[in-house]
Amino acid sequence: MEFALTDEQQMIAETARAFFSENATSERTRKAMASATGFDADLWQAFCTELGLSGIAIPEHAGGAGLGLIELALVAEAAGAQVAALPMLGSLALCAQAIAAGGTDAQKAELVPALLSGEMIAAYVHDAAITADGNVLTGGDGFVAHGAAAQAFVVTSNTGAWLVRAGAPGLTVTAQTTMDQTRPLARVALDGVNGEPLAEAAAAIARAHACGFIVVAAEALGGAQAALDRTVAYSNERVQFGRAIGSFQAYKHRLADLVVEIEQARSAVWWAACAADEGSDDAQLAIHAAKSFAADTFFLCAGNMIQLHGGIGFTWEHDTHLYFKRARAIQTALGNGSWHREQVAALILGDAA
Amino acid sequence: MKLGFSPAEEQFRAECADWLKGQMAGEFKDIKGITKLTAMPERRKEWEQQLAAHRWSCIGWPEQWGGRNATLAQQVIFAEEYARAGIPGRINHIGIELAGPTILTFGTDEQKSRFLPDIAAGKTIFCQGFSEPGAGSDLASVRTKGRIEQVNGQDEWVVNGQKIWTSLAHISDWIFVVTRTEEGSQGPKGLSFLMMSLDQPGIEVRGIKQINGDAEFNETFFTDAQCPADSLIGAPGDGWKIAMGLLAFERGVSTLGQQMGFRNELDEIIAAAKVNGAANDLLIRQRLAKAEIGLRLMRYGALRMLSNSDLSKIDGAALTYKIQWATWRRDLGELAMDVLGQAGEVTDAAEYEWDTLPNLFLFSRSDTIYGGTNQIQRNLIAERGLGLPREPRG
Repeated sequence: MEFALTDEQQMIAETARAFFSENATSERTRKAMASATGFDADLWQAFCTELGLSGIAIPEHAGGAGLGLIELALVAEAAGAQVAALPMLGSLALCAQAIAAGGTDAQKAELVPALLSGEMIAAYVHDAAITADGNVLTGGDGFVAHGAAAQAFVVTSNTGAWLVRAGAPGLTVTAQTTMDQTRPLARVALDGVNGEPLAEAAAAIARAHACGFIVVAAEALGGAQAALDRTVAYSNERVQFGRAIGSFQAYKHRLADLVVEIEQARSAVWWAACAADEGSDDAQLAIHAAKSFAADTFFLCAGNMIQLHGGIGFTWEHDTHLYFKRARAIQTALGNGSWHREQVAALILGDAA
Repeated sequence: MKLGFSPAEEQFRAECADWLKGQMAGEFKDIKGITKLTAMPERRKEWEQQLAAHRWSCIGWPEQWGGRNATLAQQVIFAEEYARAGIPGRINHIGIELAGPTILTFGTDEQKSRFLPDIAAGKTIFCQGFSEPGAGSDLASVRTKGRIEQVNGQDEWVVNGQKIWTSLAHISDWIFVVTRTEEGSQGPKGLSFLMMSLDQPGIEVRGIKQINGDAEFNETFFTDAQCPADSLIGAPGDGWKIAMGLLAFERGVSTLGQQMGFRNELDEIIAAAKVNGAANDLLIRQRLAKAEIGLRLMRYGALRMLSNSDLSKIDGAALTYKIQWATWRRDLGELAMDVLGQAGEVTDAAEYEWDTLPNLFLFSRSDTIYGGTNQIQRNLIAERGLGLPREPRG
């Protein structure tokens, strides 16, 4: 049994944790939230070029480091713990992965290095209802993370995958004031847009979704753990009725319940990442389990973070709301919990409702 | 990090599975699928002896004492295959998983020779004497007393008091008893760990009928009950330390086998839902999915726990395991009843006896109580795991 982080994996986790906790500070995140792009461009540059972890789960032949999704999950967990305002999900987990897995050689050569170096930002558009007349695409108008900052889009239906450049005729991108300002949404509508087809759509879609589910689940795990850790720290400092509030059983039991969920969420993320890396028969079940479970765990922890901080947790000044809003956004992003659980139900019941 | 087991371990799995399935198809067909804990005790004692005859009764023990010196992974695999084959729970679970390892760790050579061969052979069935009417969650407030007396020229421990929730005491041969051997001591100090034969006039076992109609649990009364002076494991006053060490054994290997039992229960619910149409109900589907996810996460949580090179180090996954499975299984019982509908609320049996799923619903109410209630678990997680201030003691 080796279901534990190796020394190398622990080192990656430690490196990522140190990088994000030092650099993705509340001050910088808030500055990014107020910026036009909605992400911290300097931090993204530093992450991509100095830290060298951006290509972690991209195969070496496609210009990456050739490590697995478990390593990528560790990085995403560390970023999630700081609610870092970065285009990691869209650019790396979804678009770079889709192109590396199913793009044409030319697309891979042009786009993967540009995405891994941070020169280019890409956003992922998935809509089952997109219609394709040849490669002329119509549909969308859904909400796309970092859509307004993207120079390119990977657009997928359930059967096709295309690359679309920002500014393409027929493409309308409308930035939205978004509840989670650390990952703003834009509406992206396609009306007769020329798409550049990926070579292997099915491979691209499958890989993007597996990576996307695992990365948001890992982000959620990091956020959940951080929400707990910060609340524990507060409960040791804050004194009421002459005692640290963390000494009250009503308070302790709520925290304990969060630990129970977080430990399961950690098992879920590790399981899903390993199952996908190993090509296990359970990989589909695992990625749906991880996404739904970790998202719910994060929301539970972030909600409790507010409640257990009392009034200060309701203020703009405190970071509680960054976690709470990110948690809410993760619950909806890439399929809500009910949808993922229905996929699990269909797998175990051998049917689809 | 890897999900599964090595090829050599999978080979071992095939070997276990073959033998176990063969037994359940042959000589021990009649006990296959029994889930009621008290059913067919004589046959199940024979099954213990059959396991021993083929050196499968205590594979984690040293070879010298009838084991196979099996690795942790092999023990886990055996436990999984055992449950997968539909074999009822070990009637000598307490002897093999708790009494034996305790003697191996804390016993003298003479005690090992005296007790281990018969436990390994399935000839001595053990039960556990911890809880008392006044010592439940507060286990250290044990009041059963033991004192040394001269009986027929020999030094004997003479024990008086009462234990409760002694599972399967009525079909057991021996009991280990945590007793207060230091007059006037309180709490965890002054307790000792004694091995006592149940076959004596000073011990009376009375069944406690439970909410499912079964009587697995007992009250065990000690009235000048005796055991020889050398029946004390460790030193006098070490009882608490030993009892806590033993609870750590309990947390280990058997968990994955237990989960295979849960797997069988969930599969039965899934099958029932397909037959009666509950599987078309979107809310039931959500709950089945949640149950499946919870079971899988339990498995990977246990694998994390067991992959930890230092098992004595209690990490988050280990601290949360009890409340996690107990709560999951209680929820599973409720889901079973929602799937079955009123058909689950009636029984064809002449007595007040229940099939697996209604029995699961009733029995699982105890899961969140025994072995440390959910409330005690939350205290442990908060205090040991998160380092929050301890509850004030009275």
